[in-house]
Amino acid sequence: MSAAMDTESTYSGYSHYSGHSKKAHRQGRDRHKSPRSKDGSRSEKSVTIQTPPAEPLLGNDASRAEEGQDDNWGETTTAITGTSEHSISQEDIARISKDLEDSVGLDCKRYLGLTVAAVLGLLVFLTPIAFILLPQILWRDDLEPCGTVCEGLFISVAFKLLILLIGTWALFFRQPKADLPRVFVFRALLLVLIFLFVFSYWLFYGVRILDSKDTNYQGIVQYAVSLVDALLFIHYLAIVLLELRQLQPMFTVKVVRSTDGESRYYSLGHLSIQRAALVVLENYYRDFTVYNPALLTASKSRAAKHMAGLKVYNLDGPGNNASGQSRAMIAAAARRRDSSHNELYYEEADHERRVKKRRARLMVAVEEAFTHIKRLQAEEQQKAPGEMMDPREAAQAIFPSMARALQKYLRTTRQQQYHSMESILQHLSFCITNNMTPKAFLERYLNPGPTLQYDRDRWFSKQWTLVSEEAVTSGLQDGVVFVLKCLDFSLVVNVKKIPFIKLSEEFIDPKSHKFVLRLQSETSV
Amino acid sequence: SCLISFSFQQRIEIHKLRQGDNLILGFSIGGGIDQDPTQNPFSEDKTDKGIYVTRVTEGGPAEVAGLQIGDKIMQVNGWDMTMVTHDQARKRLTKRNEEVVRLLVTRQSLQKAVQQSMMS
Repeated sequence: MSAAMDTESTYSGYSHYSGHSKKAHRQGRDRHKSPRSKDGSRSEKSVTIQTPPAEPLLGNDASRAEEGQDDNWGETTTAITGTSEHSISQEDIARISKDLEDSVGLDCKRYLGLTVAAVLGLLVFLTPIAFILLPQILWRDDLEPCGTVCEGLFISVAFKLLILLIGTWALFFRQPKADLPRVFVFRALLLVLIFLFVFSYWLFYGVRILDSKDTNYQGIVQYAVSLVDALLFIHYLAIVLLELRQLQPMFTVKVVRSTDGESRYYSLGHLSIQRAALVVLENYYRDFTVYNPALLTASKSRAAKHMAGLKVYNLDGPGNNASGQSRAMIAAAARRRDSSHNELYYEEADHERRVKKRRARLMVAVEEAFTHIKRLQAEEQQKAPGEMMDPREAAQAIFPSMARALQKYLRTTRQQQYHSMESILQHLSFCITNNMTPKAFLERYLNPGPTLQYDRDRWFSKQWTLVSEEAVTSGLQDGVVFVLKCLDFSLVVNVKKIPFIKLSEEFIDPKSHKFVLRLQSETSV
Repeated sequence: SCLISFSFQQRIEIHKLRQGDNLILGFSIGGGIDQDPTQNPFSEDKTDKGIYVTRVTEGGPAEVAGLQIGDKIMQVNGWDMTMVTHDQARKRLTKRNEEVVRLLVTRQSLQKAVQQSMMS
């Protein structure tokens, strides 16, 4: 069986792309060389002579080189707040040496936060127990005897602590699913509140009870009970602040991918910008079709052709009005009669036709292949042991008959680098095991699916940078725009407030539904 | 050139034709205050509930007398027909003892101003 799947040479570099920052850093630099050179050679054919000091409107090479540097350093940036994109590029050089320390620093920050929270939690949990036990340990003989009442209070303290433990486990003990640039404001606030609270309780306890060796044991136990009650209320506050407040939808965000304009809308509640960015990214992996750079080459070649058509000769020497010149060029381009729209139309129609033809051939081939397989029932399994195959072998047996049609289809729709032969065989044996029809098997290949469906190596989007004009810990407001950048593309997010809805009521009596016949009769006289 | 729409009134005298036991006029009416005026194809104002001529039999007494399709019948023998029900209109037109009915009809005509100025 010949190797059915091959990958385009230009994009072979992507298969080594990994999430680790240092390695990606290096790979990112290599990656930029190959496509850039391809496009660069094309645009070098267009010669535009312009006044050098002015802003190069058509100076693709210069801007792209700068952009290449931006993207390269952008992927390892740790925190970007309150700055625009422009300032990132200025900090490029300084960041080279800081990269290592930054990546280490980020991990430290996260673990530091976790440790502080854990220590505080432990302290808080042990405090009531300490309040109850310390008098017993230190001045047991002087304590007033305290019978049933104290025992009842011990039981209530024990159960409340148990409830608190379960609640804290449910709410806080979760795998951190993301690395956010800035600290989570509400969590920090709650930690500070708990710390102050427990500190003040200890202060009071230390001064009034330990120093004076209070003998009223019941009062001490009730003090401990009041602490546990207050902790439960703080837990309630934590639930409301951290979980409940953002549930009610207040904003609609529109997310648009910069490369192909694919857009989605999501509903969010009151969140900070960084948490909203997190929600958007989680939904991105599920809702947006996978980013395919092969689909963008057509528009790039058209753009290059536009540039190739015009030539500008500067006769007046330097110091000329550059903006006026560029405006004149754009006007000339608009007036020029070119048939690129015609080309685009016929090219697209042709492509559609080709895709449909290949798709029809593919469906027929797969349907035929599936008819050769039959599932053996339990009784039949004993009858013909020699011919039995497990799903993997069955898949390998029918794969050659559909391999060519599938390969051609994937090539036409430019998806061939997303599916290796091994992955197709695996999917085929999975479908055979689960009694899927040919159409169900093909569902994966006919249309590009969300990013999660594919191998991690093909994602092109694992390190994200949040670019925002406002502080990322500030809340969402109507009209806020922020950008989530990764190496190859960016997601532009636009926030809009859900309008205030005024709903009024109208009562209709069910008996009021009455009708009349409206005729237009014609009588001959 | 522009289009002018105006209506003029005409008096039409129809001599009924005897067919067996009946006296027929040779046209059909539509409309009435109990009917739906929006379904009337001949009226200019769709709230007009008057009686309109919806069909004229070829060669019949009405056509001979000059009645046209789309005419609005204003009066029949002096009786007003602008605020009557469909059935009342029918009755007024088919009185057994009348052999001649005199109608006052309104007709809409569209004429180009140029044509008119050329004619005059």
